[in-house]
Amino acid sequence: MPVTHEDIQHWLLRSAQVLHENSAYLTQLDSAIGDADHGSNMDRGFTAVKAKIANLGDADIGTLLKTVGTTLVSTVGGASGPLYGTAFLRAGMASSGKQSLEATDVVALFDAALEGVRARGKAQAGEKTMLDALIPAIEAGKQVAEQSPIPQLLQTMAAAAEEGMKSTIEMVATKGRASYLGERSKGHQDPGATSCWLILQAFSDTMEAH
Amino acid sequence: MAVGIVIVSHSARLAEGVAELAEQMSIGEVTIAVAGGTDDGSVGTSLDKVIAALQKAANPEGTLVLLDLGSAVMVTEMALEQLDPSERQNVIISTAPLVEGAVLAAVEASAGSTLAEVAEAANNGHEMPKGKPA
Repeated sequence: MPVTHEDIQHWLLRSAQVLHENSAYLTQLDSAIGDADHGSNMDRGFTAVKAKIANLGDADIGTLLKTVGTTLVSTVGGASGPLYGTAFLRAGMASSGKQSLEATDVVALFDAALEGVRARGKAQAGEKTMLDALIPAIEAGKQVAEQSPIPQLLQTMAAAAEEGMKSTIEMVATKGRASYLGERSKGHQDPGATSCWLILQAFSDTMEAH
Repeated sequence: MAVGIVIVSHSARLAEGVAELAEQMSIGEVTIAVAGGTDDGSVGTSLDKVIAALQKAANPEGTLVLLDLGSAVMVTEMALEQLDPSERQNVIISTAPLVEGAVLAAVEASAGSTLAEVAEAANNGHEMPKGKPA
């Protein structure tokens, strides 16, 4: 069963809820190795997303995702604004005009998002960023896309993202505000990788209900 | 016309303070536009403010952008992507330290130098002496 545009809306609403519920946790992570605003930033951004998509009932998936992108850029004042904003904008461009997505479309959407984040932030794997959750997720997704039903694809991607997120604990940050801590950033889980996993997990949970 | 200067910072007060120092050196001869803090005045960056500042400082001689920290580069690049190609090529994002770079840029710009010269002058900000190393 493909992902419909209603599924995307449900995913985005679930993401907003999850980010709201985990706002203090994300901020706590960001206090250890950052400027202590990731939780409130993502909460504010996705609260605005909730309001925006409420008026986009019939929009195609591309429009929905692009709207998320532009909303995040203008409401999230930290690095996550440009990064997640670009991610969703590119995902939206990759799904332009589509009312539903097959498994390979889902992977393509995330792949486009990943390229956007890479181009915008100029980071690579291993620098203790959201990429450390996103890259493993897409790699895992590509392996199984051809032969997996969508719920399974997303479970696989979310699980890979979770592992990637946990792997950031032992990394030394070489990007972002955490890089100012140098070696002191070691031993703390990256907040951006965490929110990235939460969003992917929300997608997986949304489609599991099918 | 002098090269324009844009100051991008996560803090509105910091951006204004840097502009204040830079203006002492250029005394009204250089347009120095600021884009500090988020739209609601908290710490962070604002795409809209950066776009507005770039538009305010835009001129045929070009614009040098000075900024405080890494994520300011991302929002500035996003702002530049929204400009016409002809406007975009006339803007350089400086890697100079914010305060020293802005002050040096203001001096050079007020002397009527080209954008390349102003950018190079700002880069000397890495070497401006400030007491002795501890």
